[in-house]
Amino acid sequence: MISFIAQRIAKAVIVLLALVVLNFFLIRMAPGDPAVVMAGEAGAGDQLFIAQLREKFGLDQPLPVQLFLYVKGILSLDLGFSFRQQMPVSKLILDRLPATLLLTGTAFAISLLFGILFGALAARFAGTWADTAITIAALIFYATPLFWVALMAILLFSVTMDWLPSFGYETVGAGYTGLAHVLDVAAHLILPATTIGLFFMATYARMTRASMLEVNRLDFVKTARAKGLSDAVIQRRHVLRNALLPVVTLAGLQAGTLVGGAVLTETVFAWPGIGRLMYEALLQRDYNLLLGVFVVCSAMVLAFNLITDLVYRSVDPRIEFAS
Amino acid sequence: MSKRKILMSLATMCVLSSAAMADGPKAGGVVNAVIQPEPPSLMIGLVQNGPTQMVAGNIYEGLLRYSPKLDPLPGLAESWSVSEDGKVYTFKLVKGVTWHDGKPFTSADVLFTIEFLKQTHARARGNLVQLDKVEAPDESTVAFTLKQPFGPFIGIFEVGSLPMIPKHIYEGTDFKTNPANNTPVGTGPFMFKEWQKGSFIHLVKNPNYHVKGKPNIDEIYWHVIPDAAARSVAYETGKVDVLPGGSVENFDVPRLSKLKNTCVTGAGWEFFSPHSWLWLNNRSGPTANKKFRQALMFAIDRNMAKDVVWNGLGKVATGPSGSAIKYYTGAVPKYDYDPAKAKALLKEAGYNGEKVRMLPLPYGETWQRWAEMVRQNLQDVGVNVEMIATDVPGWNQKVSEWDYDIAFTYLYQYGDPALGVGRNYVSSQIAKGSPFNNVEGYSNPEIDKLFADGAVAFPDAAREEIYAKAQKILVEDVPVAWMLELQFPTITRCSVKNLITTGIGVNDGFRDAWIEK
Repeated sequence: MISFIAQRIAKAVIVLLALVVLNFFLIRMAPGDPAVVMAGEAGAGDQLFIAQLREKFGLDQPLPVQLFLYVKGILSLDLGFSFRQQMPVSKLILDRLPATLLLTGTAFAISLLFGILFGALAARFAGTWADTAITIAALIFYATPLFWVALMAILLFSVTMDWLPSFGYETVGAGYTGLAHVLDVAAHLILPATTIGLFFMATYARMTRASMLEVNRLDFVKTARAKGLSDAVIQRRHVLRNALLPVVTLAGLQAGTLVGGAVLTETVFAWPGIGRLMYEALLQRDYNLLLGVFVVCSAMVLAFNLITDLVYRSVDPRIEFAS
Repeated sequence: MSKRKILMSLATMCVLSSAAMADGPKAGGVVNAVIQPEPPSLMIGLVQNGPTQMVAGNIYEGLLRYSPKLDPLPGLAESWSVSEDGKVYTFKLVKGVTWHDGKPFTSADVLFTIEFLKQTHARARGNLVQLDKVEAPDESTVAFTLKQPFGPFIGIFEVGSLPMIPKHIYEGTDFKTNPANNTPVGTGPFMFKEWQKGSFIHLVKNPNYHVKGKPNIDEIYWHVIPDAAARSVAYETGKVDVLPGGSVENFDVPRLSKLKNTCVTGAGWEFFSPHSWLWLNNRSGPTANKKFRQALMFAIDRNMAKDVVWNGLGKVATGPSGSAIKYYTGAVPKYDYDPAKAKALLKEAGYNGEKVRMLPLPYGETWQRWAEMVRQNLQDVGVNVEMIATDVPGWNQKVSEWDYDIAFTYLYQYGDPALGVGRNYVSSQIAKGSPFNNVEGYSNPEIDKLFADGAVAFPDAAREEIYAKAQKILVEDVPVAWMLELQFPTITRCSVKNLITTGIGVNDGFRDAWIEK
């Protein structure tokens, strides 16, 4: 197992470096550069000013030199300096990481827990009104754009009912501490986390239902019934566990995107996370910041792919690690 | 006037003034405002984008402020004088002013500021082009000597154009990496307290502010809310009190303005005079033809755009200068909406339906809708328009590389044609790589001379004549299609009083604002 993990990590590093190079060129193919954007914001971008900015950012250097310097920085774990924010990229990302992990982690937990629960219920009561209701709801949440769900949630729970805050991470200026602070953050978290959670919950529910129905037809389930096991035990111990493999795959993919956050949801709810940071960096062509976020997101995807493989093994002992 | 009438008038004045006293500014309170996008920095000497100016206008100050009519008002300078030859400007500084860290503000700071901004502030560098020397005869006097008279000089001292920078913090340091950039120190009415990136910026009252009794407000929170609809909701749910101009989409303004305790104003843009137009590529294609350009002016229903897209705020632009800036004249050829005339001119121009590429300004739904309205206007007279979608960097690149036929834009005019108008029409400003110069490629030696002369003509009457002539020529030639003098509506709770008191508007800080309880 250790050799398997070591091999996968080595491969991951190579993939990560390839991604860095690819992303480096990809974002430079987009029109415009940070100097022109910043000059525009200043409302007085004469040629001298733009040239000064390009020199300051190192954008006047040939592209291979820029790439060499960037990769050299990455190898020494230096993600560079943000042109626009005038701060080290690693600091900007680390500052936003807790908020993003809180949001996406909560959404992940909500979606996984309720997705599997509703999926299992739909499978258990397949063909009944409960199954139909869960399937239709899942379809609606799966098909509805996130930003629209977010805006409708704000309209209903913030504007009309005035139950929940519509934006931000906490009540600014309230000075809450201890439990009051935790509850305040939780209140701000409910709408964005549920918005993201609904989409993935629908996916998990549909996946769990389909997978359980398939497993239900297999011989070992008939054997379990013939042995006289109760239906609840069969569903929980035998069917659900065997039906979870595709759900684990999907959860691994979702977990990989945790750091990337949820650009739309973070934007609509003014959640100070990495998704927004990335979106703003893209609009401002803040190359280093954008690349830095890409590097961290790519590393997370690779890490969670590895973790998913390890979880497979514990869910299904028949799977062996090939060295 | 009889004695009785005089006594009655005096009595009325007493009652009114007592009432005014009773209803006058109240101290205390917190204002929650929206800022979008999040400023990259609050060090206004290094970063001059709109959001930075809006927040930092509370922290830093300039020597002067400007009335809505753009007359100079005292700022850090309590008085000023201009020599008879128009070359020497002498400022007397307010005495006893201190920086937020307690150090005194003196003429040495002004001298240092000039050198600082010449290195970091593109607009200030341009504004100071005629400066020969600046001297400080004593701690509270500064004298600027110009190489030759420069008409707009008295108009370059507001906080965004020439903010005072603390010498004791920046002298001998690398300005760009000075740690103080993250904790800005100014002389302004509010002091920097906290910035949670992505969430809010917190400013608190400067207890040692040099204007007695000000500021009235205790704290300001600037909330960073990236989505326009979410900003509207934040106001609607009472979480913010001030939506500065441009914070919400224009189609939301009528709905928000009907909310209880809500006031909407277009004031506070006089200095900037945001002027919108369509850049028309004068180099090639149908837009190179003057008659085609004139046809566009007749084809576009600008009044409808004002009423529908901009909710009636602003004015139809009559030419290159906004009506709020100096030497504006309305005595120029008129281009009222007249599709029949447009069609006739297109025929005269020999236009045969070639495709014309139009770049909308990628600043949100308002601008997209406006572009669609213009496209419809142009299609109605037979112009074959293709809309090109871009994001902001893409728009910047296409425009600065002259890769367009028609492009929406708006630029600030900074109160004087020598500062914010000439740069868009003179030949010396034709250069690739910048989207803020003579992008359309218009070249007319007569115009070049008029703008060169106008900047240095003395006294004012001479300038007025020159700029009147320049405006007439430009409006006849239509190098660009002028659209509207924009007014971005500022939406506030009516209980927030005196928010906008100068021609700089919200960017001049909340010094005079107070909250009615």
